[in-house]
Amino acid sequence: MAADNMKEPLFSAKNRKLLSTPLGRENPITVQVLGICSALAVTAKLEPSVVMALSVVAVMGIGNTVISLLRNTVPPRIRIIVQLTVIASLVILVDQVLKAIAYDVSKQLSVFVGLIITNCIIMGRFEAFGMSNKPWPSFLDGIGNAMGYGWILIAVGFVRELLGSGTLYGFQVIPQAFYDAGYVDNGMAILPPMALIIVGAIIWIQRYKDRELIEEN
Amino acid sequence: MFSNKYIFTYAAVMVTVVAVILSSAATLLQPLQEKNEKIEKMSGILASAELKPAEKSEMLKTYNEKIVEEWVINTDGEIVSKYKDGEFVKGDFRAFDIKLEDELHKLDQMEKGKDVEPHFPIYIAKNDGERIFIIPVRGKGLWGPIWGNVALKNDFRTIVGTTFGHKSETPGLGAEIANKPFQNQFIGKTIFNEDYEFTSIEVVKGGVENSNVDPKHGVDAISGGTITSNGVSSMLKEVLSVYKPFVKKHII
Repeated sequence: MAADNMKEPLFSAKNRKLLSTPLGRENPITVQVLGICSALAVTAKLEPSVVMALSVVAVMGIGNTVISLLRNTVPPRIRIIVQLTVIASLVILVDQVLKAIAYDVSKQLSVFVGLIITNCIIMGRFEAFGMSNKPWPSFLDGIGNAMGYGWILIAVGFVRELLGSGTLYGFQVIPQAFYDAGYVDNGMAILPPMALIIVGAIIWIQRYKDRELIEEN
Repeated sequence: MFSNKYIFTYAAVMVTVVAVILSSAATLLQPLQEKNEKIEKMSGILASAELKPAEKSEMLKTYNEKIVEEWVINTDGEIVSKYKDGEFVKGDFRAFDIKLEDELHKLDQMEKGKDVEPHFPIYIAKNDGERIFIIPVRGKGLWGPIWGNVALKNDFRTIVGTTFGHKSETPGLGAEIANKPFQNQFIGKTIFNEDYEFTSIEVVKGGVENSNVDPKHGVDAISGGTITSNGVSSMLKEVLSVYKPFVKKHII
């Protein structure tokens, strides 16, 4: 396995593609429409969106690699359970480590631990890629998909916090003068439906730019 | 391709390996986690009275400096334990070691007629010669527990400051109770009226202005966070009312 990697450069065109396509053309949220549940739940503010994105990057990068290392030993009949076990233990491990060394971040994360486990993108990638590819490409695929998921989350969180609370990352950005002049925060932006509307808008823009994504009929 | 025996062995080995990894991680990290929790608790207590140091590493020092006494009271309002300057003046347990969750459970049991004795903590801070009472509170939000600290002036009526925390309230909605704009509303409000009748503080949906709640005893709820707001109301009412006998005996 190591010998193969020596022949093929670590960041060959094929491997770079594994990282980049999930950001755009094969984006898990906007194209595959996976992971919508957590995209609605955590994006009311920018900070939890960022924390969630980073945690999913960590869990997915490591998880896809572990699954890929185990892929030849996993009995197909219990593979889903094996994948779940890997995800669940990684998430618990991440949570425990954060609690010990980065308590403030862990307070943010605690709500979302359950949501990471249920994130269908993770199991989707384990099943579709990790189970049938070598560790390094699997690692890249995991990171790539998690980033594709993450940037949408951050974009949605950005818009929702700005419109809904007038703040970004907890800092006031809309000046008090606006409020004095009658500006009001949009209450709808902090409710989940707004996340769907923004995701919809992103999908719309993406398909307008990339005509090949438009289904025929 | 894989025999049943292989599958069972595989599952057993996997579960064992995962169990070993997770339990050793939990055991190794536990001391650090407990230290963090302790600092977090101190931070909440100090923050409610606006005494929190800017640096987290200063927390323990500031706590020992500013929190001059820790009292423990029972439901009859008697002080059963006093801890001052690192030693016990009376009794033998620190307010800091009390888990409010357990005591509230005991209170519940007691009301049902069981023979238990709940104890409640009072922290006493000194700031510029002024005595400040700090009362920790705990209750239920929408998704999980919420908690906080209420700092009161020497008269045990007027609120100097509050902090609230939560386990899993919705970000942007209920979770706003953990932010300054909500907490600052409480400053200057009173939990007793002039005749020391207990009023608590009500968190009013639709705003205090538009309701018949006395603005001295009410604050505005969070829009979209009604259940969490109601949770704060009932938490304050339930926990602070425990201190009524204490106030009668020692304050008035």
